[in-house]
Amino acid sequence: MSVIQVKNLRKSFGQLEVLKDINVEIKEKEVVCVIGPSGSGKSTFLRCLNRLEEISGGQVIVNNHDITDPKININTVRQEVGMVFQSFNLFPHKTVLENVTLAPIKVLGMGKEEAEKTALELLTKVGLKEKANGYPGELSGGQKQRVAIARALAMNPKIMLFDEPTSALDPEMVGDVLEVMKDLAREGMTMVVVTHEMGFAREVGDRVIFMDGGFIVEENLPDELFSNPQHERTKAFLSKVL
Amino acid sequence: METIVAALPYLLKGLQVTLYIFVIAVILGFIIGTVIALFRLAPIKILNWIAKIYIDAIRGTPFLVQLFFIYFGLNSLSWISFNSTTAGIITVAINAGAYFAEIIRAGIQSIDRGQTEAARSLGLTGSQNMRFIVLPQAFRRMLPTITNQSIISLKDTSLLSIIGIADLTQQGEIQASATFESFKIWLIVGIIYFIVIYLLTILANFLERRFQLR
Ligand SMILES: Nc1ncnc2c1ncn2[C@@H]1O[C@H](COP(=O)(O)OP(=O)(O)OP(=O)(O)O)[C@@H](O)[C@H]1O
Ligand SMILES: [Mg+2]
Repeated sequence: MSVIQVKNLRKSFGQLEVLKDINVEIKEKEVVCVIGPSGSGKSTFLRCLNRLEEISGGQVIVNNHDITDPKININTVRQEVGMVFQSFNLFPHKTVLENVTLAPIKVLGMGKEEAEKTALELLTKVGLKEKANGYPGELSGGQKQRVAIARALAMNPKIMLFDEPTSALDPEMVGDVLEVMKDLAREGMTMVVVTHEMGFAREVGDRVIFMDGGFIVEENLPDELFSNPQHERTKAFLSKVL
Repeated sequence: METIVAALPYLLKGLQVTLYIFVIAVILGFIIGTVIALFRLAPIKILNWIAKIYIDAIRGTPFLVQLFFIYFGLNSLSWISFNSTTAGIITVAINAGAYFAEIIRAGIQSIDRGQTEAARSLGLTGSQNMRFIVLPQAFRRMLPTITNQSIISLKDTSLLSIIGIADLTQQGEIQASATFESFKIWLIVGIIYFIVIYLLTILANFLERRFQLR
């Protein structure tokens, strides 16, 4: 069953057409990695999936909600779609625990005690229980990103979107964050991951999508795509990053 | 010395009036400023215009003219009537509101867009995002400028003596002419204003440390 269906998706910023006719389906529990050169539209594509970017054309259906329908309440759809950003975007004026409990309390109306209990479980899961009462400013990049993942998971989402979650991290921090993501994948989370980590894509991805110039140029099983790319542009890109 | 001791109760009574007007006007001004700032940033053209006209009108005219317009001008209309204290509070509030609006707008815009994106991606509505994420952070950042504007507004209240409000400045005038001790009386009045503003600064510094961004 497809939890994400993208049909003829187009997105322009003014005159600049960034996404040109994107078509893709993502099944439940699938881990899809999106790779491609800088400026190819990877982030824009991801951000169209929870409508952080207004969609210029085509149709995007997420968890059976047509988010291109102007009448849809996008907030309820977003509750089911977690997002993790390259720059973490933790709330600096809230403690780590409050970062994680805020949305469940304010959006889902969960009681404070229950929210804190869940939050502590999630922080334990990402290995940061002892930082619960600290502030984001006291954390390293890798720790921030793990809190950001816990914050997204606190809404109990059906889908997780990751936009280069490890690109802003020092190399020695990358492993911890990828470990958490691998755990998630193993637990059967549906994930769309924009990444430069080809190792991760190969090991964890069920499918890899290569984007260039606003198109999906090629998609395939990770091993296939990496060892036997079909298109010139894919070959050129892989030869630079591998 | 005796003149001062005799005059002091009157001056302190004036101070009470000054503080009363100041506190109410600044709170009102802050509310007006927040609303106008949100108007200014709203994706609705008419609201942008209302906010812009309001801010420009206040910034482009002297405080005294605003005061006279509200107290004498509006009061001359048959269907409006308010006393001098009300007129004073309204003028200071409306005046401060315009400056607060610009401070708050700049504060909101200084918050990284990623904060809003993170909040919205969690399912928070636009107004929840403002209330819980953007405004609290913007407020911390704005605190020094807000203090500044509050101090300016406090000083502006001394102009209210012109329409007969018995504030600290008005009491100073009365005491100066009654005692023929202009030098001493105005020195004391100045010192009282100074102390109040100094205390305000200390309070602001305390709040700033309390709310320090981590
Ligand atoms: N808000 C915006 N306004 C205008 N142009 C934008 C905006 N966001 C992105 N773009 C443009 O859209 C194109 C695609 O950007 P996008 O961020 O999706 O690329 P990307 O594949 O994620 O690149 P990177 O690997 O560098 O993150 C770029 O040319 C970029 O300049
Ligand atoms: Mg990107």
